[in-house]
Amino acid sequence: MLHFSNFKITGIVLLLLLGVLFAFPNFMREETRLSLPGIIPSGTLNLGLDLQGGSHLLLSVDTDTVQRERLEDLTSDIRLALRGARVGYSNLSRVNGGVSVTIRDNDDMEKAASVLQGLAQPVTSSVLTSFEQRADLLVENTEGRTFVLLITEDAIAARNTRTVQQSIEIIRRRVDELGTTEPTIQRQGEKRILVQVPGLDDPERLKALLGQTAKMNFHLVDQTVSGYDVMNGKRPPTGGRLVYTDTEPQVPYVIRRRAMVSGERLVDASVGFDPQTNAPEVNFRFDALGGRKFGEVTQANVGRPFAIVLDDKIISAPIIQTAILGGSGRITGNFSVEEANDLAILLRAGALPAPMSILEERTVGPGLGADSVAAGRIALIVGFIAVIGFMIISYSLFGLFANVALIANLVLIMAVLSGLQATLTLPGIAGIGLTVGMAVDANVLIFERIREELASGKNPIIAIDMGYSRALGTILDANVTTLLAAIILFQLGSGPIRGFAITLAIGIVTSVFTAFVLTRLLVSLWLRRQGKPEALPI
Amino acid sequence: MKTLKLVSVNTSIGFIRHRTVAMALSAVLVVGSIMVFLANGLNFGIDFRGGTLIEASSESAVDLAELRGRLGALDLGEVQIQEFGKETDVLIRIAEREGATDASNYLSAVGRVRAELSSDFDVRRVEIVGPQVSAELIQTGVMAVLAAIASMLIYIWFRFEWQFSVGAVLALVHDVALTIGLFALLQLDFNLSILAAILTIVGYSMNDTVVVYDRVRENLRKYKKMGLAELLNIAINETLSRTVMTSVTTMLALLALYILGGEVIRGFTFAMIWGVIVGTYSSIFIASPLLMMLGVKRDWSGTQVD
Repeated sequence: MLHFSNFKITGIVLLLLLGVLFAFPNFMREETRLSLPGIIPSGTLNLGLDLQGGSHLLLSVDTDTVQRERLEDLTSDIRLALRGARVGYSNLSRVNGGVSVTIRDNDDMEKAASVLQGLAQPVTSSVLTSFEQRADLLVENTEGRTFVLLITEDAIAARNTRTVQQSIEIIRRRVDELGTTEPTIQRQGEKRILVQVPGLDDPERLKALLGQTAKMNFHLVDQTVSGYDVMNGKRPPTGGRLVYTDTEPQVPYVIRRRAMVSGERLVDASVGFDPQTNAPEVNFRFDALGGRKFGEVTQANVGRPFAIVLDDKIISAPIIQTAILGGSGRITGNFSVEEANDLAILLRAGALPAPMSILEERTVGPGLGADSVAAGRIALIVGFIAVIGFMIISYSLFGLFANVALIANLVLIMAVLSGLQATLTLPGIAGIGLTVGMAVDANVLIFERIREELASGKNPIIAIDMGYSRALGTILDANVTTLLAAIILFQLGSGPIRGFAITLAIGIVTSVFTAFVLTRLLVSLWLRRQGKPEALPI
Repeated sequence: MKTLKLVSVNTSIGFIRHRTVAMALSAVLVVGSIMVFLANGLNFGIDFRGGTLIEASSESAVDLAELRGRLGALDLGEVQIQEFGKETDVLIRIAEREGATDASNYLSAVGRVRAELSSDFDVRRVEIVGPQVSAELIQTGVMAVLAAIASMLIYIWFRFEWQFSVGAVLALVHDVALTIGLFALLQLDFNLSILAAILTIVGYSMNDTVVVYDRVRENLRKYKKMGLAELLNIAINETLSRTVMTSVTTMLALLALYILGGEVIRGFTFAMIWGVIVGTYSSIFIASPLLMMLGVKRDWSGTQVD
């Protein structure tokens, strides 16, 4: 137990040096750190949002809406396909997860089957690992002349993935517009998105930006009927729809269901000011196709109102004064500068493919974060000094060895955390503090064992040897249990708790190493110099 | 150099002799904890109940009644305001409203509170947990504690014998029950970090128990003819010095965190301190005496000494 080959010693020393190397960037100034050559590790501990301040938002994408839209599209695809093939049908309706349709004529059944089968597309998705192509539709002739077209699980999963990925892209663009540093936006689980924005201490504006789908469309206003009449129960004309303004009080308008130009055709939006009134407005520009379409429609409808509809609310319903041919226009509403600015951001970033809801928010201001870091640091230092002092009082020289191991342990924890680019959270600091207290346990076990062996009359060298070998099994058993708890904690954890579990787990591994290997090396080196000690300073 | 020995090498305290007293005491405490839990329930934080938590700090001492009036005027539903650590800091809790489906219901509430407080407060922290997330957190939390205890049960069974496994796990259940009982009794905020503390307590208490059990196993091989009571007592006494030392160092580190580590982790460190006390007690007074009651295999001659 006490013999170390030079090879082993070199290995241990190298490992510790590696630890120092990885931990060191944390104590450097930013500029020095960044000027390091690439070969030297320069990663530092990432402070969690609870320590550096910032906002954490957990969003849920409403993928049901997208699936519902898919069914609507499927319904109209079926209608068009059957009409195109001149197949008579009835009872075209949605059923659970699909669409059902009944063919009128028995003679058309074969043709209908092939037309409907033709609607199925292979699922395109990066998620599928097999090369087997799967169809997005399952066409079944359930009974008599009725077909049911079901959307397959694969297709649903692929579409949900695409929806979430598109949402992430749009969110990234919206968040970037806020000019914050290094936001992280990542998918979590099947349809959740985690947004973390360091340094943002009031996320109200971000939430307002993320809470809107920002689907904007331009519709003509139907003037054959008054919006108020429809509001009071009159049937809207075919192809018309009742929509309210976003003003207070709400004004009802009947608009044409079909958009004259879709918001997807927008290529740019910015804030401007009305030259006459100096009121804020939003200037926008269409792409070539959208611009042409807009020109045609405005030309044909001079003198009539049209509505700019954002997320099913009319934000402006101006009268078309002249044909707007240049492909650009402006929205004047009752905007404040910030509202106009936000609308421009939303239009530039594009619409979300599905509505989102915010499930969770955790925001920490910079003041609390800094206070937590300061308090955590002081607590760690005081706890550390108390433990070190106590170990020296209890085990004198051997206590000193244990303390060297404890310091090495802290360096290694820091090194591993920096190397893994793990995030240090406030509970993580508590984890390190707890590790300081518990890390000496392995050494305590060994030292107590040595004392026992000494008390039973063994000579010092044998006592040390037996102390180490007999304590090893206990140390491993005892630490595996804590490690199990830490792993389960990690599985359970969200952000800060995970930080705690990580530091606890790393601390357990490094403390067993430093206690069992490093102090044993120190004791062995000390014994080499002492020769055969009569008694041990323990 | 004279070293400090909190427990001398030759201690011989009759722990096992007093096991009935200890067991009775623990039984009373566990039953009491369950009763308090059933009667009072836990003061669940927003992590588990959903709702909004706002920590705000003011330049001067906060007049809670006045603040209550101001926030009451905002019509936010059930609002709780309490001092947080010092008299300039407050913690505001807004309960989840009935029928809320996502956190957006509280978003506007937070906006209004922020606006109301902006003149004389610094909003230091806002946490909003929607009902969906809080329900999941409860579920994963319960699962985690059960999984932790189950994994310990299996590990100890694997490494020792089933009697050890049952004894250790009963001791764990005892520790968890007493911790939950204390939080129910004092109505302290029970949030995600307290749950993390409970899992850590599970790990710590197990660690302590395993050390004693390890020595019991060693002694079972060493003293083949000795009565079980005496044998257990020797094992506890032999490991007592280590048990006390480690509890003291852990307690030193925890006390530093509790006193100096700031208000945010105070609940967590409080739970941990309690856990270390209870866990140490249960390793000595519950886990080992349980072996007495369950009986252990006495013939260990076939097993390897490791």
